[in-house]
Amino acid sequence: MIISWATTGPAVTAAFLASIVEVVEAFTIVLAVSTVRGWRPALIGTGCAILLLAILIATLGPLLDRVPIHVLQLVIGVLLLLFGLRWLRKAILRAAGILALHDEASAFARQEATLREADGHRDAHLRWIAGLTAFKAVVLEGLEVVFIVIAVGAGRGLLVPAALGAFAACALVLLLGVLIHRPLARVPENTLKFGVAIMLSAFGIFWTGEGLGIDWPGQDLAVLAFIAIFLAYGLALAAVLRRSVSRETAQ
Amino acid sequence: MKLFSLILHEILGLFIDDELLALGILAVVAASAIAATWSPALAGAVLLLGSLLAVTLSSIKTIRKL
Repeated sequence: MIISWATTGPAVTAAFLASIVEVVEAFTIVLAVSTVRGWRPALIGTGCAILLLAILIATLGPLLDRVPIHVLQLVIGVLLLLFGLRWLRKAILRAAGILALHDEASAFARQEATLREADGHRDAHLRWIAGLTAFKAVVLEGLEVVFIVIAVGAGRGLLVPAALGAFAACALVLLLGVLIHRPLARVPENTLKFGVAIMLSAFGIFWTGEGLGIDWPGQDLAVLAFIAIFLAYGLALAAVLRRSVSRETAQ
Repeated sequence: MKLFSLILHEILGLFIDDELLALGILAVVAASAIAATWSPALAGAVLLLGSLLAVTLSSIKTIRKL
């Protein structure tokens, strides 16, 4: 039971937290579209994007069962490493004060300004641009959610729990968004991204190793050890980089 | 068509942001695969330590660029 929870827990948590980050970003853009051009183009764009994502999942999902498990683990592991370590690098640079922190309020203002810039066009054209903006945002962020769910769930038959984690995140963000009707700027997105990057990197190491035939000590519990190692290393590296940059700035 | 090429470009961008990091990760996986034929324990160490090294080098490179 403990061993089963060692992978199920982090998989569901990673899918839930990563989905919160992605859905918050998509929601900010859809909200900007609806603020500038009304709910109709925002909802049509969002609906078309969700339909496209559903078609993709329905088409590609059954193919996963046909791929040998070791190949699937290796491919997903390498993709997770590329994806997770990329997030981790950015999170470390943000925590060290080298990259600017992600801010939903300014992302909303930027998107709103871009949409207002198109004011010289005909009304139908404006609705088309607005719908397309919502469509693009939901497709791109949605693809990341789909990838994360598949990546943390497919290697051990945890697709359903991971998908439920992602679904819970979508429901939570939409509920909060509808209630407050503003960008969800108070969500600690940078901290969440740091945490998610650590979990995805840990899963990336685990699946890649499994795909290469490595028997990790402690089996599934190794994921928890990798999470602890990435967390400690990420925090230490951010602290070292912050100190070295502030020393160079002072000189 | 332009939208789909943009989406494809963005999908690629999900995995490749800094080329040094992406190449470093692929090199680490390749080295780990070679080591796995000899000693799985060594392969695991190469994979974990190599990934941490790749992130460190990529972060230092970004700072030097700024």
